[in-house]
Amino acid sequence: MDAAYPSARVVLDERDVARALTRISHEILERNRGAADLVLLGIPTRGVPLAARLAARIVQVEGTAVPYGSLDATMYRDDLRLRPARALEHTDIPHAGVDGRTVVLVDDVLFSGRTIRAALDALSDLGRPRAVRLAVLVDRGHRELPIRADFVGKNLPTSLSEEVRVSVAEIDGCDEVLITPGSSDSSAVRSAL
Amino acid sequence: MRRHLLSAADLSRDDATLVLDTAEEMRTLADRPIKKLPALRGRTVVNLFFEDSTRTRISFEAAAKRLSADVINFAAGGSSVSKGESLKDTALTLQAMGADAIVVRHHSSGAAHRLAAAEWTRGSIVNAGDGTHEHPTQALLDAFTMRRHLGDLAGRRVTIVGDVLHSRVARSNALLLTTLGAEVTLVGPPTLLPFGVAGWPVETSYDLDAAIVKSDAVMMLRVQRERMNAAFFPSAREYSRRYGLDARRMGLLPEHTLVLHPGPMNRGMEISADVADSARSVIVEQVSNGVAVRMAVLYLLLSGVTVPAGISIDASSEAGGAA
Repeated sequence: MDAAYPSARVVLDERDVARALTRISHEILERNRGAADLVLLGIPTRGVPLAARLAARIVQVEGTAVPYGSLDATMYRDDLRLRPARALEHTDIPHAGVDGRTVVLVDDVLFSGRTIRAALDALSDLGRPRAVRLAVLVDRGHRELPIRADFVGKNLPTSLSEEVRVSVAEIDGCDEVLITPGSSDSSAVRSAL
Repeated sequence: MRRHLLSAADLSRDDATLVLDTAEEMRTLADRPIKKLPALRGRTVVNLFFEDSTRTRISFEAAAKRLSADVINFAAGGSSVSKGESLKDTALTLQAMGADAIVVRHHSSGAAHRLAAAEWTRGSIVNAGDGTHEHPTQALLDAFTMRRHLGDLAGRRVTIVGDVLHSRVARSNALLLTTLGAEVTLVGPPTLLPFGVAGWPVETSYDLDAAIVKSDAVMMLRVQRERMNAAFFPSAREYSRRYGLDARRMGLLPEHTLVLHPGPMNRGMEISADVADSARSVIVEQVSNGVAVRMAVLYLLLSGVTVPAGISIDASSEAGGAA
């Protein structure tokens, strides 16, 4: 357990995360009937290593490499004017582009849906995918827009005052998903996102 | 970031790095089918140019348009300024039109500072060159270009050559490059090094050949004849021989050394045509990087909350893995 969050509860540990990603990669392949024309785009920051891992699993299963990259939607957010200027994250679109392909957006947590809305806008400026799907490690509910995920690692019913923290080994040193009670203060921040 | 960008000295190392990193992302936009981002939709950027400029004005205009801002170009020549309107009245007019940012170039040193300090407008002021004082976005794009080729600039040696006295580019570059950890040497005839240069965080030299052999980048400055009201050097030919970069001098440069010039060039004067067009010259790249750097500056100054001066808003902490 993370010492910084004494009251945090682990909902997914390293092995749970691994199983969820393996299942999602199979579901993606099943839905797409193979790996043809797939592109995985992670949403920074923690969606990016998750996309890379899904791509690695798909190679193991199908034997074909799937292009993957990252898509930063900061400039497309609807709250840009409400908060101080944000630093941009890296966007890295695979060389083959997105035109005519099936793009799977990958993020760690699906919450209000606003990040995904921004990512869809960013994606449409990059080209015209044949279809766009959404894969998330955790769906914690409380959607504010008509957006849903196609592939979900775990549905996690939460209250608005709680915080969901996803750690991934590439960034945080370990794989786990925590729920912390959070303060009323941070839930105000959350709902503003 | 602060509200205005008036001087390269306003930027801390972290600020400058943020601008350069942001510009790196903006640069990738040039390779995309739709060269437009929505970040500044509904914002108005005024280009207020009291002095002739092609590349800086076009560069700012392209930057603002690629961020979806509305751009109003204001050239003093065809305006009420030629009827005697003061800077203050011009600023009040622009304020009344709802300018969110004013990009100002003026022939008087300190004009941008005056605009910002007087609070005639609520918008951000970006200094696009004031007299012989500063030109911070040029310094940022020079640093950006050098960083792309040389990596981290800490410990790198940059030599700035020529008419330092009249050059706002030299001053801004000296300040910014020092902030980024580079060692700057100014080289020029004694008459063209500014009074008080001993107080700058740089070294000076009168000997170009000795200075360039250990440089990682050499920046040639334009000889600004339009600002010269006295004989600063005996003849163009003598200047060119002692302080111009020609093929012979380029042969003295280390293999990796870059050649920069802020433009417009006097070919044959401070830089010979074969050097300007050589593989080491990054002069054309400087221009295209200029758009990315100015996009980064406008984005960082304008995209956030709009608050009255003096009120700061806490950056709400981005708790991991949400939204």
